[in-house]
Amino acid sequence: MKAARRAYDRVWSKMSGSDRGKYLFRIARLVQERARELAVAESLNNGKPIKESRDLDIPLVAAWFFYYAGWADKLDYAGLGANPKALGVAGQIIPWNFPLLMLAWKIAPALAAGNTVVLKPAETTPLTALLFAEILQQADLPPGVVNIVTGAGATGQALVRHPDVDKIAFTGSTAVGREIARATAGTGKRLTLELGGKAANIVFDDAPIDQAIEGVVNGIFFNQGHVCCAGSRLLVQENVHDDVVERLKQRLSTLRLGDPLDKNTDIGAINSAEQLARIQELTAAGEEEGATRWSPACEIPANGFWFAPTIFTGVQSSSRIAREEIFGPVLSILTFRTPQEAIAKANNTPYGLSAGIWSDKGSRILAVADGLKAGVVWSNTFNRFDPASPFGGYKESGYGREGGKQGLSAYLAPSGGAK
Amino acid sequence: MSRLAVPKTYKLYIGGKFPRSESGRSYEVLSKDGAFLANAAQASRKDARDAVVAARAAVKGWSGSTAYNRGQVLYRIAELLEGRRAQFIDELVHSEGLSAGTAEAAVDLAIDRWVWYAGWADKYAQVLGNGNPVAGPYFNLSVPEPTGVVAVIAPQTGEGHSLVGFVSAVAPALVAGNTVIVVASEAAPLSAISLSEVLATSDVPGGVVNVLTGSPKEIAPWLASHADVNALDLVGAGGLDWVQLQVDAAETLKRVLAPEDGPDAAAPSLERISAFTETKTVWHTKGLL
Repeated sequence: MKAARRAYDRVWSKMSGSDRGKYLFRIARLVQERARELAVAESLNNGKPIKESRDLDIPLVAAWFFYYAGWADKLDYAGLGANPKALGVAGQIIPWNFPLLMLAWKIAPALAAGNTVVLKPAETTPLTALLFAEILQQADLPPGVVNIVTGAGATGQALVRHPDVDKIAFTGSTAVGREIARATAGTGKRLTLELGGKAANIVFDDAPIDQAIEGVVNGIFFNQGHVCCAGSRLLVQENVHDDVVERLKQRLSTLRLGDPLDKNTDIGAINSAEQLARIQELTAAGEEEGATRWSPACEIPANGFWFAPTIFTGVQSSSRIAREEIFGPVLSILTFRTPQEAIAKANNTPYGLSAGIWSDKGSRILAVADGLKAGVVWSNTFNRFDPASPFGGYKESGYGREGGKQGLSAYLAPSGGAK
Repeated sequence: MSRLAVPKTYKLYIGGKFPRSESGRSYEVLSKDGAFLANAAQASRKDARDAVVAARAAVKGWSGSTAYNRGQVLYRIAELLEGRRAQFIDELVHSEGLSAGTAEAAVDLAIDRWVWYAGWADKYAQVLGNGNPVAGPYFNLSVPEPTGVVAVIAPQTGEGHSLVGFVSAVAPALVAGNTVIVVASEAAPLSAISLSEVLATSDVPGGVVNVLTGSPKEIAPWLASHADVNALDLVGAGGLDWVQLQVDAAETLKRVLAPEDGPDAAAPSLERISAFTETKTVWHTKGLL
């Protein structure tokens, strides 16, 4: 915190926006240059398939820095009037599911807006954050502008409660988000929270079924389901339920589970023993509550933490697997008859992060998207991310947005001063 | 011969109706110099919960109305206020002890703020929303949508606060399509109830605005912890243990605005509208030709 404050006071707050931007452009380029190394490190770090870290995580990290680099000297257009001010020192706490990507989501807009940063990576996934620190050295970023402290919950708490921190940005569980909201109450610290989700993926009977199946599979089995916006509740129109389930089973039977560093692997390792235990507990609860469980026959490696892709049919809205975030490769399938019922079921959750709609009818997609209480809605696609596109939730999925102009203004105050 | 006046009974405003407090309680509203003005209803926890139910039920209709329609309904409030200027000036003179001139200026300001906010109804989404140039074949659009049910602790102090402060806190939340529960000024609740009569006759659907009079200290904690309230505007809660209210609100991650005081409290701004909106971003696939 001291280093970040010093760097803010002496260097970063005095530097021109265009120079700040140039540092961010440098970082984007260095990430691209070292993409292969970072992708391997990320798969080792997190257990995710190399296919994903190579094709998605790392390219998006570079894109995020590239996008926000250009904002650094254009802050007047961020929507807060002329001459908006940086907040000061931002404390940032990120999860283990997309370690380097979440770092980029946090650091890039913070620096572009003129803040300095203290970032805590997740306890189980600090490796790429530390490798990233090396990139900052290569970029010759002034010391103290970015500080990375590894540790567990206590380290995060120290950051949140530190009297000199001006802004907290947190991505993680709703339970911890609540604690942070309590801890910062009355302090005037700015807060953005990106928390849990229980997204509905709604498949109408006129949907392009093959594309929908791909989207549903990507929606929940991407990154082993360790995704806050994962499409973990499949809502299928009743008359196509059997067909969709049948095709889904066929598709799941072709997924390869195993060595994350094998580029043919679709489903990698579960991040930790603790997470595996939670998935096992919730899936057991799903069976006890009467849902029908199915997994493809697939070989599970002897060592490490693994969980076969799993679907539940005949799930009741009240079931724990339809209500609680599982954060694993587990899909709960429910049915609906009318668009109104689909919207009501989709919104029947304290969360409101994301949702998916599959239909060939444009007017229906627009109407259903209007009715969904979710911060991100994907129509005829799922799990798309882009630095220009705001991301974040309604209700207990948190507040504030990351990405786009909205994500930039989360690190700025109007020139009249911070409220 | 002088005529004997017919005094008004001041009640709550919940779901478009004017009930007494279900508790049967009332409290004396006194003028600045201690004269009896009225018995106002002293809202209870149950009244607050009823107000939340009414506000929730009204969200769909109000947020689903067109922006043009919302703008006209809000503008109509200003029209009706203008027609009842004399009554509101009189109430401010008696309940806040303002001079006639100051009271007149306060009422004019309140009317002008309704007009200002009414004009935002079909514009704020254009200013706050945007299309996003994502790297792929998608049409991607971000729009601000209402947060839902907003509980407001209206300003409790300041010249003309009981009308101007009330309007300044309530209007921006309504513009975006939220419904509100307002805890009025405890010491000077008369303007808020008279304003409710304006709302009841100006095409604002029942339940969109719900007004509670009584003790903010007693009512606010129930609203702050209510799971069906999405946001909390503490603008007038400076005299309460508002940090605890914010802590209570964290249980369901309500959006919270901190107390403000001074003559600029709840000054008109686009930020007061955007504070109670949620950005929704929709990705639409584009076909490959």
